[in-house]
Amino acid sequence: MKGSIAKGAFVYTALVGLAIMSLVPFFWMLFTSLKPLSEVESGSFLPKDWRPGNFQEVFAQIRFGRYYLNSIFVASWVTYLTCLTSALAAYSFTRLEWKSRDFLFRVYLATRMIPGVVTQIPGFAIIVNLGMLDTYAALIVPSAFTAFGVFLLRQVMLGVPKALDEAARIDGANSWQILWEIVLPLSRSGIITLAIFSFMGNYGSLIGPLIMLKSDGLRTLPVGLTFFDSKYGSQTNLLMAASVMSIIPPLILFIVGQKHLVKGIQLGAVKG
Amino acid sequence: MTAKNKKRATRIATILGLAYLLPNLLGFLVFTAGPVIFSFGASLTNWNIMNSPPLEFVGFRNYQQVGQSSQFWTFFINTVYFMAFIPVGIAGSLVVALLLDSRLRGMTLFRTLLYLPSFTAGVAIMIMWKGLYNPDHGLINACLRGVFDLFSLPFQGPGWLQSTQNLMGLHPEKIAFAVKDIGLGAREALVFMGFWAGLGGGNMLLYLAALTNMPDELIEAASLDGAGRWAVFRHVKWPQLAPTTFFIVIMSVIGGFQGGVDSAQVMTGGGPAGTTTTLAYHIFRKSFVEYQFGYASAVAWVLFAIVFAFSGLLWKFGNKETNY
Repeated sequence: MKGSIAKGAFVYTALVGLAIMSLVPFFWMLFTSLKPLSEVESGSFLPKDWRPGNFQEVFAQIRFGRYYLNSIFVASWVTYLTCLTSALAAYSFTRLEWKSRDFLFRVYLATRMIPGVVTQIPGFAIIVNLGMLDTYAALIVPSAFTAFGVFLLRQVMLGVPKALDEAARIDGANSWQILWEIVLPLSRSGIITLAIFSFMGNYGSLIGPLIMLKSDGLRTLPVGLTFFDSKYGSQTNLLMAASVMSIIPPLILFIVGQKHLVKGIQLGAVKG
Repeated sequence: MTAKNKKRATRIATILGLAYLLPNLLGFLVFTAGPVIFSFGASLTNWNIMNSPPLEFVGFRNYQQVGQSSQFWTFFINTVYFMAFIPVGIAGSLVVALLLDSRLRGMTLFRTLLYLPSFTAGVAIMIMWKGLYNPDHGLINACLRGVFDLFSLPFQGPGWLQSTQNLMGLHPEKIAFAVKDIGLGAREALVFMGFWAGLGGGNMLLYLAALTNMPDELIEAASLDGAGRWAVFRHVKWPQLAPTTFFIVIMSVIGGFQGGVDSAQVMTGGGPAGTTTTLAYHIFRKSFVEYQFGYASAVAWVLFAIVFAFSGLLWKFGNKETNY
């Protein structure tokens, strides 16, 4: 018994220490975003002169609202298309029997090892040739067909008992109906997981938009923030205000989707 | 069923199967599989869209150039330097998972708080760390100064992102070591940020899941036999965690070779003196700053070969380790 009290004390002390280390940077960012620039350099943790107006000032200096909308617009489209195409593909890989199915799946698997930098240049060349450079489509279309989504949903659908679709088939349902009425509803949690990952991945992606965009009006948040930082990098307080605002959507998603995230990371790790 | 009908049924099944796959397959072929082949072709040419010389097939000349380029080897060393910290990060995640597996009250709350940095990671967080590392008014040097003042020691803070110093004393430009180069510089700044973001992230959750699923009887039996905590960990938990560790190591190595692009772009520009330019960032700059598409493709394929070789080795070596 004595041992377990000591153990408990040790565990809590270590975890509280780690939690403080995780959170202090966030609070530093928040408080810095509320300081006047002159106070940023004085080094006190809390602002003496609170300046919530810094947040409005960000909108005055860069088209922050526009970047925000662009990011959410692009990430939402990619998420929707990824979930749709991945679900259809995963259904084909798990529920339908057809020639060369397993061979094709192995091709999908093999491409998972290929570094993204290999396909970067051809990807750019294709977008140029399709006339999509500097458009929303350049950000949405190439990201909507990830092999990762197919793996994840295949894993999920393998867990849905096949007896259920056999029963529906006997009742006269065709493959389309079985997909929408049986397999998809039972894969809901996996699809939510994929949706969260895919939204986050595209909301935060920097290099793709950096390569594909020229116009200021199309910039997503990561590109806009980088631009703000390189141009007005000395305004630490405003930079922090912009950063605080851009992690709000992930924070909301994090709070809402936590349960699914933990499960999803395990799913993604199962060897295909 | 006649043979003819059977054949027809197989064909219909194939068409149906492909029809469901088609939307994804089309995109996959255009944006993944096609580009892989195309990229290899490009690496055998002098393709450059800026000062475009006539497009020419140059065979393996780009690859020869990669091998002879001292830049390539410097950036290779930078990449390996960052990867040298992977085991430390993995061990840290394991320790956090073991703490959270204590099954005491409030563990879900701690798990949530510790997972937050990895979930919010991105450009905004990198800009935050740039501020934290600022030698003059950043939080980190302010804390260090506080500690030094407490003991009335003179304080000369690390230069962090602006310094080429590093823990191994590696010279920034050539392959040499010197005591004056030992310190905390841009490389360590990125490594520590990585620890902060990764400690409670995906790897930790994988370890935690494996620990949670471990049968209690095993651990109880070992404890009854008088095994201490370390012995239980070393002889019961650690062997059981081997497949998880194997997966995490492989993924970290693959990711490590391709990493460092966003942080270099946002925080350091690859500097100072190129110390934070990884191979992946080198390829990005060769491609989209210098527009040497042919050469950059060759570097990308060399990187691919390295990743392939390393994961193959790990696979061979790791699978042996996994089967106890």
